[in-house]
Amino acid sequence: MSLDRSVTNSMPANRKKLMNRSKRRTGRRHPLATVALLALGLVFTGGAYAALSSGSVAQAEAEPTSQETIEEGKKLFQANCATCHGLDAQGNNGPSLIGVGAASVDFQVGTGRMPMQMQGPQAQVKPPQFTDEQVKQLAYYVASLGPGPDIPADHLVNGGGDAANGAELFRINCAMCHNVAGAGGALTEGKFAPALTGVSGVHIYEAMVTGPQNMPVFNDLNISPEDKRDIITYLKYVQDNRSPGGFELGSLGPVAEGLLIWIFGLGSIVAITVWITAKSN
Amino acid sequence: MAQDDNSGVDLVAADSSHAEQEFAGSTGTAVIPRDAFENPGFEPHRPRVTDENPKREKRAQRTVYTLFYLSILGSVWAIAAYMLFPMESNDVGAVRLNNMFVGIGVTLALLGIGFGAVHWGKSLMTSAESIDIRHPISSTPATQQGAVEVMRQADEESGFSRRTVIRNSLIGALLAFPLPAVVLFRGLAPQDQLPVELLSHTMWRRGTRLTLDPSGTPIKASDVTIGSAFHVVPEGLAELEHGKLEEKAKAAVLLMRLEPSQLNPAPGREDWAYDGIVAYSKICTHVGCPVALYEQHTHHLLCPCHQSQFDVSNNCEVIFGPAKRALPQLPIAVDDEGYLVAQSDFNEPVGPSFWERH
Repeated sequence: MSLDRSVTNSMPANRKKLMNRSKRRTGRRHPLATVALLALGLVFTGGAYAALSSGSVAQAEAEPTSQETIEEGKKLFQANCATCHGLDAQGNNGPSLIGVGAASVDFQVGTGRMPMQMQGPQAQVKPPQFTDEQVKQLAYYVASLGPGPDIPADHLVNGGGDAANGAELFRINCAMCHNVAGAGGALTEGKFAPALTGVSGVHIYEAMVTGPQNMPVFNDLNISPEDKRDIITYLKYVQDNRSPGGFELGSLGPVAEGLLIWIFGLGSIVAITVWITAKSN
Repeated sequence: MAQDDNSGVDLVAADSSHAEQEFAGSTGTAVIPRDAFENPGFEPHRPRVTDENPKREKRAQRTVYTLFYLSILGSVWAIAAYMLFPMESNDVGAVRLNNMFVGIGVTLALLGIGFGAVHWGKSLMTSAESIDIRHPISSTPATQQGAVEVMRQADEESGFSRRTVIRNSLIGALLAFPLPAVVLFRGLAPQDQLPVELLSHTMWRRGTRLTLDPSGTPIKASDVTIGSAFHVVPEGLAELEHGKLEEKAKAAVLLMRLEPSQLNPAPGREDWAYDGIVAYSKICTHVGCPVALYEQHTHHLLCPCHQSQFDVSNNCEVIFGPAKRALPQLPIAVDDEGYLVAQSDFNEPVGPSFWERH
């Protein structure tokens, strides 16, 4: 930092000369380019150091494969999950978790669906009961019991894909249950496909890979990881861009639109009719 | 009668004694109720505030012309908004703004005229009650007689009844005129195939590979893990030059894998599945919506249009809703390279009922 400042301070003295020279050289290099480059280098080095040093601390806590993490996860599991899933996750009242993979645990526990609040048509979303770190510990403990889908890499879930391709795949594979704008919809006997607005990319990806509850599984040979990334991109696009057609009314389609026009549209027509035919005061 | 209540001069109230007089001569079988409804006349005229208070009248006048001026403003604004918010290509946001502001202008223009006119009529125009007597609908006997006479004369002069050959040929020509329409409308349907035939068959043949919608990638049996649902179209659909959508609408299939022990195939269908992988038509047998809401634990398929439910573990039989027939099953097998292929076409027409198929 001090080096940076000293260079900037010494700048004005020779700026004019530099500027003249640069003009003669048909503007190939801006007079401030050297300073900018130096500053950029310093910031980059400093930033990278800060990121690495803090990252190494975080890594020590949640190293996926470390035996310590798995042990911690096992303790958490036996205290919170074993009643239903069995002491060794072999299944008891609940299903066996051997081979469901880290992705499944990260989705179910990370969205608050597990531990389940009560029996019902399906487990509902609630505030997560564990910290992110505990969720990871549980996930890697369950992953250590048998091979299964892993938590997806960041570049697949950050919404940097092709929204148009994602939209087509979403319409073919997902829209019939989750609504074309991801607003969710009803299934049979109290079950429903939840709305996808506000759901993180990681959880959407994990839901596709693992097929939680009554959702079918969409493995990587059905929808490739890149296609899954595109679907997440589309959902983010729908969420971030306002509807060009005016009010969305929850994107619920003809039901919400019909209700609005029947109640308020016809209501105002009735009101005007009453006003027209009423005797003036 | 209540005529004195009305200051109006052109008032003609219905007179009950007059009505009685008319009926007195020939009642025939008509029933004249003894408690016949008596004309109550007008309610007492109630002057409005605008009739009594000149200030209120002035205000009403102001409101009316303000509404009309607002309407002018709305019209001018609609024109201005059309220019101020141009619809640029590829920008849906611009279309939205244009529609909204032009719409506000036109709404103001129309509602201003409408509300202004109604308010004018209600608060400023005369409020005296009056009666318009309803005239009988039929013409006088003389006019009726005249019309009959005109028709008779026209018939005599044209010879319509006399020259039967001409008359009958004219009727024949009029009858023949709609016939081309029948042929033209038939021409809108496929020419060289019977519609029933078209509805009864799909693109699936023996050995057609099952491919992913929309990429057309063939599917290996090993790709389909338990609990999966694949949306499937026949191989070669993307390469079709004509009628791609028509073919897709008939041939779309949902591929699912269950534990083989959970399937209860009907007699004769034991070898239609492959290791728990089953393929069913995605077209609802009710009115043809795509049935694709698959619940992997209950093995139920739900149609989003009218809530028909099909049980995948029991040959997709209907368990709820208005559909009458089970979803047709596509018999599948695996070829030498491990890809899923169709054993044949569906053995029954897919989709909703039509004539000759109930």
